[in-house]
Amino acid sequence: MSGPTHTRRRLLAATAGLAGATLLAGRARAALQLDITRGFVEPMPIAVSPMAGDGPAARERGEAIATLVAADLDGSGLFRTIDRRAYIQGPEELRGIPRFADWRQINAQALVTGVVRGSDPLSVEFRLWDVFGGGQMTGLRLDAPAASWRRIAHKIADAVYERLTGERGYFDTRIAYISETGSATRRIKRVAVMDQDGAGHAFLTDGSQLVLTPRLSPDVERIAYMVFRPPSPRVVLRELASGREIVLGEFPGMSFAPRFSPDGRTLLVSLARDGNTDLFAFDLASRRLRKLTDGAAIDTSPSFAPDGGRIAFNSDRGGSPQLYVMAADGSGVRRISFGSGRYGEPEWSPRGDLIAFSKIERGFFHIGVMKPDGSDERLLTRAYQDESPTWAPNGRVVLFSRQDRAGGRTRLFSIDVTGYNQREIPTPLDASDPNWSALLP
Amino acid sequence: MITRTMLAALGLLLLAGCSSSPDTASGAATGGADAGAGVPGAGGVSSSALGGPGGSVTPGSQQDLEVNVGDRVFFAFDSAVLDDAARQTLERQATWLQQFPSVSATIEGHADERGTREYNLALGDRRATAAKNYLVALGVAADRLRTISYGKERPADPGHDETAWALNRRAVTVVNVTN
Repeated sequence: MSGPTHTRRRLLAATAGLAGATLLAGRARAALQLDITRGFVEPMPIAVSPMAGDGPAARERGEAIATLVAADLDGSGLFRTIDRRAYIQGPEELRGIPRFADWRQINAQALVTGVVRGSDPLSVEFRLWDVFGGGQMTGLRLDAPAASWRRIAHKIADAVYERLTGERGYFDTRIAYISETGSATRRIKRVAVMDQDGAGHAFLTDGSQLVLTPRLSPDVERIAYMVFRPPSPRVVLRELASGREIVLGEFPGMSFAPRFSPDGRTLLVSLARDGNTDLFAFDLASRRLRKLTDGAAIDTSPSFAPDGGRIAFNSDRGGSPQLYVMAADGSGVRRISFGSGRYGEPEWSPRGDLIAFSKIERGFFHIGVMKPDGSDERLLTRAYQDESPTWAPNGRVVLFSRQDRAGGRTRLFSIDVTGYNQREIPTPLDASDPNWSALLP
Repeated sequence: MITRTMLAALGLLLLAGCSSSPDTASGAATGGADAGAGVPGAGGVSSSALGGPGGSVTPGSQQDLEVNVGDRVFFAFDSAVLDDAARQTLERQATWLQQFPSVSATIEGHADERGTREYNLALGDRRATAAKNYLVALGVAADRLRTISYGKERPADPGHDETAWALNRRAVTVVNVTN
């Protein structure tokens, strides 16, 4: 029952706009900008130089940070980092203004440079340069304990992504999921958390009890999940840093499907009692339980809109599982899914513009998206079982679990909301029920 | 494609053929019920009853329920409706439960894999409750029966075809073990 290895310490980010160099105000020029809102994007060629360093250890660290920044950017599918062996100018020369001609020659549209100072804590300065415009686009100094060096790299990648796409990044994030092993009839499941790129992996439970559907709180300090613990399966809440369980009290009947409200103050749960499942809002401070849905239908798998005003959920009140939206107080229920097939697991995008869902149709599971009013449904994936969609915090990427064929392994995949750039997120064992965190504080 | 499908089907048949062991869903969560375990015989040999009356079956035990009564009922896809066969099984269970008034039981509701995890938890609860309610209607005291849903987490049959799914859409009555 080890706690997560992840350090909760904040990265001290000195604000952007390093007073460095001559600042040729990249913004004033024809903006180097990727439009990521439509279909396939030709990846932007970008150079990520190993960072300069004061001493061999710092240089080694600077190289590792650059490698990780490049991996993040490549993984987004929006950038293609150019092989280091093609770089003409070396890291130490790049402490000043780059010789842009050297980088134009290898067709780098943008260039990331940096300097590492100190060993622990680390102080890292990085700059993003517009190679053809010939100026600095952004700069940042990051100070952190050496143990958090990967987070420094992810924050740099986020800054690059944001400056070049106009959207927030999603690299300095974590993923909670269920690690699975063993036979289908006696599956052993454990709650696990890891960085977005698979590093810092930790199991939070030992597999002695069946656990499902972990959800990270918006501040990424707590985790809620379902555990099959006598006398009745229930939702539990834990602090990530201490591993301490926060007692929620006894719910009447089985509680499951936990979801945090965007402000982290409310936990939605589904309570099954006497054969009927309804949605309830549990106020974490007052411990008051408020019933949101009524009637004999199954109402579960809720998801708050990012403004907290509405809730999407799954219900069979119309005769088969479909998607519905209601106000956060349970009023004004409206069905939004009308296509063929059976819908489930709505997940409201952090941008608010789309709802992801899973859908079973003609023997296949799909992950799809639709607008909150139910229009413009698009299916992004198809496999034997594609389930449990969860959004990157910028609402551009959907993570889900997939069993690609009957009896095959269950693994995590991500796909851009455009339907392109599907990638596997490697995990040590089989994986299901992913939940992508917000950007770390 | 045809070859692949046929191979898959063959594999499933083989799987289905060797997976007739009784359901023993998660002892940890059901309070340690050791459903379906064989009764130890002489010399440490574990014997499993092959059906038929008598034998080594302890009256009032899970094995007695399985072998002589029927411990489970099955459901149609996305349904918690008890069909004739299910009602007949539950009627035998009710009689059996009246016969052993000290026995209490947990009814485990399950779903096949063709639904989302959370919806299936709710569906399993609905199925377990349907079975319980029928037993109560037949005179079994409600406080002798509790329900639990495993959704699609504990299939009885690991296969991926209609035969397996039909076996997995079930409500299983499990005798509570008290020490």
